[in-house]
Amino acid sequence: MNFANGALTEAVYYILLSLLEPRHGYGIMQNAQTLSGGRVRLAAGTLYGALNTLLEKGWIRAMPGEGNSRKKEYVITEAGQEVLRQEIMRLEELVRNGRALLEEVHHEEYGT
Amino acid sequence: MRNTVHKWFWVWDFDKEEKWLCAMAAKGKALVHVGFCTYEFEDSAPGEYIYRLELLEHAPDSTEGRAYISFLEETGAEQIGSYLRWCYFRRKASLGEFDLFSDFDSRIRHLDRILWLVGTVLALNLISGTVNVLGFGDLSVNYVSGMVNLLLAAVLTLAFILLSAKKHRLGRERSISES
Repeated sequence: MNFANGALTEAVYYILLSLLEPRHGYGIMQNAQTLSGGRVRLAAGTLYGALNTLLEKGWIRAMPGEGNSRKKEYVITEAGQEVLRQEIMRLEELVRNGRALLEEVHHEEYGT
Repeated sequence: MRNTVHKWFWVWDFDKEEKWLCAMAAKGKALVHVGFCTYEFEDSAPGEYIYRLELLEHAPDSTEGRAYISFLEETGAEQIGSYLRWCYFRRKASLGEFDLFSDFDSRIRHLDRILWLVGTVLALNLISGTVNVLGFGDLSVNYVSGMVNLLLAAVLTLAFILLSAKKHRLGRERSISES
């Protein structure tokens, strides 16, 4: 797995989260938007490129085609879930450090 | 009612072309067909569509190109035409904002494709122009067409610089934020 300590992009993070259950492209776009309260909008061209990269890396896989459905569905792999777990640890570190240092500044300024 | 408009946009002004097509759509003129410097519009409800342009990585009728276009179509977009590798897409404004790219990386990759195209045409014009101007006498057909090549090469050099500057700006933004 080619993921030592690099940060995921926001798009990739929300794509992987969305694919904890099988979804097609438009489903991913809608889910990312809902999860982020409307903030994250994945454009179709960006999403297409990201999906291809994630397929190549083996973090997601395409679901076997179902009969007459033309839309391809994708789902996260075990490797993809591991990447998500590592990313969440990294994000927790960011938040922990940010909160702690900002609080310190607050205490110094207001002497509380 | 259909009407045809002839208009010229330089390749590097694709965002101006997008704005123009969206402004036409806002006035109730929806683009339905494109050709060389030719735009065919049909009456529609004002503001019904949003238009976007993309220089595709693969030819629109190749397997990869078709896979990409059908992916966009699944998200509600519609390909209304293409000119060489330039594809014209639209989506109903009622479906919300419509963009093809939502982060700096994919915008930069798109600019790279345009730079590659401009660079190739620039090199061809430069070579052909130099050979014709140096190899043929005054006012022969070759000499004149060579001068035209060189003139075009000068314009394309300017385009290349402008596009590179745009890419550089996006790259700088990318170094502090991703979208």
